[in-house]
Amino acid sequence: MTLDVTPVEPRGFLRDPKRLAVRVVITLAVGALLLALPHIYPRFRVEGQFNVIITYAIAALGLNLLTGYNGQISVGHGAFFGVGAYTTAILVGDHGWPHFATLAVAAALTFVLGVLVGLPALRIQGLYLALVTLALAAAFPLVVTRFSSVTGGTQGMRVSRFRAPDWTGLKDYQWKYYVLLAVAVVAFVLVRNLVKSRVGRAIIATRDNETAAQVLGVDLSRYKVLTFGISATLAGVAGALSVFNEPFVNAEKYNINLSITLLVAVVVGGAATIFGPAWGAFFVVMIPTWLPNRYPQLSPVLFGGSLIVLMILAPGGFLGLVRQASGWVRRRSGRRSSAGPSPGEGHDALASA
Amino acid sequence: MDLFLDRVVIGLEQGAIYGSVALALVLIYRSTGFVNFAQGEMALFSTFLTWQFWEWGVPIAAAIAASMGVSFLAGAVIERVLIRPVGDVEHNALALVIVTVGMLLALNALVGWIWGTEGRRFPKIFGAGTVDIGSVSISYQALGTFAVLAVLLGLLYLLFQRTKLGLAVRAVASNAESSSLAGIRVGRILMFGWGLAAAVGALAGALYASELSLLDSNIFFQLLIYAFAAATLGGFDSPVGAVVGGLVVGLVTVLAGGYVGFLGEDLKLVAAFAVILVVLLVRPQGLFGRKQVSRV
Amino acid sequence: MSHLLEARALTGGYGPVQVLRGLDFHVDAGEVVVILGANGAGKTTTLRALSGMIPARGEVVFDGRSIIGRRPEAIVRFGIAHVPQGRGTIADLTVEENLRVGAIIRRDREVGADIDRWYEMFPRLAERRDQAAGSMSGGEQQMLAIARALMCRPRLLLLDEPSLGLAPLVTREVFERLAHVNRELGTTVLVVEQNANLALEIADRGYVLEAGLIAASGRADELASDESVRKAYLGY
Repeated sequence: MTLDVTPVEPRGFLRDPKRLAVRVVITLAVGALLLALPHIYPRFRVEGQFNVIITYAIAALGLNLLTGYNGQISVGHGAFFGVGAYTTAILVGDHGWPHFATLAVAAALTFVLGVLVGLPALRIQGLYLALVTLALAAAFPLVVTRFSSVTGGTQGMRVSRFRAPDWTGLKDYQWKYYVLLAVAVVAFVLVRNLVKSRVGRAIIATRDNETAAQVLGVDLSRYKVLTFGISATLAGVAGALSVFNEPFVNAEKYNINLSITLLVAVVVGGAATIFGPAWGAFFVVMIPTWLPNRYPQLSPVLFGGSLIVLMILAPGGFLGLVRQASGWVRRRSGRRSSAGPSPGEGHDALASA
Repeated sequence: MDLFLDRVVIGLEQGAIYGSVALALVLIYRSTGFVNFAQGEMALFSTFLTWQFWEWGVPIAAAIAASMGVSFLAGAVIERVLIRPVGDVEHNALALVIVTVGMLLALNALVGWIWGTEGRRFPKIFGAGTVDIGSVSISYQALGTFAVLAVLLGLLYLLFQRTKLGLAVRAVASNAESSSLAGIRVGRILMFGWGLAAAVGALAGALYASELSLLDSNIFFQLLIYAFAAATLGGFDSPVGAVVGGLVVGLVTVLAGGYVGFLGEDLKLVAAFAVILVVLLVRPQGLFGRKQVSRV
Repeated sequence: MSHLLEARALTGGYGPVQVLRGLDFHVDAGEVVVILGANGAGKTTTLRALSGMIPARGEVVFDGRSIIGRRPEAIVRFGIAHVPQGRGTIADLTVEENLRVGAIIRRDREVGADIDRWYEMFPRLAERRDQAAGSMSGGEQQMLAIARALMCRPRLLLLDEPSLGLAPLVTREVFERLAHVNRELGTTVLVVEQNANLALEIADRGYVLEAGLIAASGRADELASDESVRKAYLGY
């Protein structure tokens, strides 16, 4: 499965109709594949893997905005994910709300929480923020347990299932997949546009050099807090959607491991790239299933070990590797044809081909 | 009143343990500017090693010493093989966080794989008796913990203030470039720092397990959070601060857990979180730390 | 007679950027040699290449032994001490501890005596021996950095822009001490400077660096009277 990873400048491929055509074909092919997946694969794969990948991808997309583009390291986004999940679970389970309506509440609530965490984060730099958010993530399951009369605590609570409407003719798991995918596509388009906008440039400038950004007249605090809010919102929506997929919540589902998993997805996919979080979510869900399951206890050892190796060999994550490889191949082919510097933007032609 | 005093003693005892883990964090932070997220799980592994030696019949004190030695070597190797290739904290903070988080996951699972996930009985290092002072009874365990921490702090003071090696460590912490121009082998100093931290962590882990009489692969992550709170409060570059911070955090969390009904035993960790947050907002350098000048 | 330090076809830089494009120069025992040049000409890079702080290629022979490609910790043990630009002191250590760090590679018992000697030469340091180096003035820090470098009893002292950020009077004082050290101890000095006037006053010879190449060289008085050098670097 090949996603288009190319952040090509529009001028680049408009000048080059052949590449435009390639892009269109690839986008259509990937789209068709994504649409076909729930009809190709059985329910346990769609529910147990694909839908989980999508929710993680949305949350990682939000975390990437904060950590990758804005440079604020959070090891606590699992808590926002959890808040979103409990919002949907409580509203649907205890108050009989329709699923879709809860999305708006989860989004609003996590946005406010994100801003509330983002405000003190203004004064907390670098690793200290990682430390605070880690502590936040560690505290979340304890808080859930403390209020078990509402949350169900460690026992958890069941929620009514998210059913496919009759007019669709789809099975429940297929319907869930399409709903999740649709939200994910909207989220990715929004974030992509945000990153390319003036606001996005300000967010990135803040990461690269706070002082310089300040000199340029970027209102740092507003953008940092805003980024935190949006980032938390995406994690919260992802959490809410995870309850669409699996109608059960308990305290342990949203522990520190979830926060770590989300951060790992961002970094493994490629921090500060648009599609990195999607790839990262794919890897964090799928890698454990590929590992030999003869010693299941060992799989976190292998997972942690491969993270370390990846950071040493390819700190740019998966997309960083793809980029390196394509650059290498291009230089080689360029030398062979001795055509001088490669034409046009040339950015990642191979990654998308 | 007696209950209050008992709680103070317990708080200080736990605080001493938090302080010793915080000390390990500080030892690495001082020389590299980096917070080791795997410190708790490194201590977990070391403590299981101690337990294993003890289980094989080695006296507990010797078992701890042996485990500290192994941990020292392992810590030094970890710095050289896993940390240094990733780069320095100024440019690769995120990658370093991921590496230490990867270590956290891997070490925890490794412990579970080697020693199983059920809890193990851990001996009382200092015996099971108590001393009565007025109306308060203090366990040998608590007294021993205080004594060990005091000795440890004294030895570290001597190391840093009275030896060439300690001088080199402090020099590297302050200015690695000038230190290497003066002939200090910076790489070895960094390995030494990680080794020392791992050894201190091994000692802290043994004290912790001994206090609980229990060793379990799930309990060290929370210990790390308390140690974070202690180090943040004391100032991440101050060994004395780490210990004082640990004692305060121990007191605050035990008293908060005991008297603030809303928190209770379950939410003691939230009190630690509050300590971290408040300190970072009000006095980011902590009680004893130097003020950080942000480099541009 | 062979030179104390001799560099041939020295190249080096940062990552893919080559700053030095092949330098040939030498320093004889007992000399004070100055390297002049504009910002970005490669003066600092030259010193960093000599002391192993950046990867460099070519040939560098010190006292008959090749030192190219070695690490700074090793090069200082050959007898080359480097005072880097600006932050030469270890800010969080006291003055006395800085001097002890300077002697950290020594195994003899005369370190204390040497410290006292530097206190005599720089009385200001003696007054502030228990003060953190970072809390001192720029001039005091520069003197401490030099004293610290000399604590390892080097045969060659590399100095990077000692006048940077100092008031003219202080700069003059630093250079006078430097000349004194050179005369009294026979320590060879290779100094990089933008402040050409003062540097040429105490130097025996000089090189002029332009865009990573040596553009001119000669005796200090010759360079000082050379019209093109005067116009470009001396400003009169």
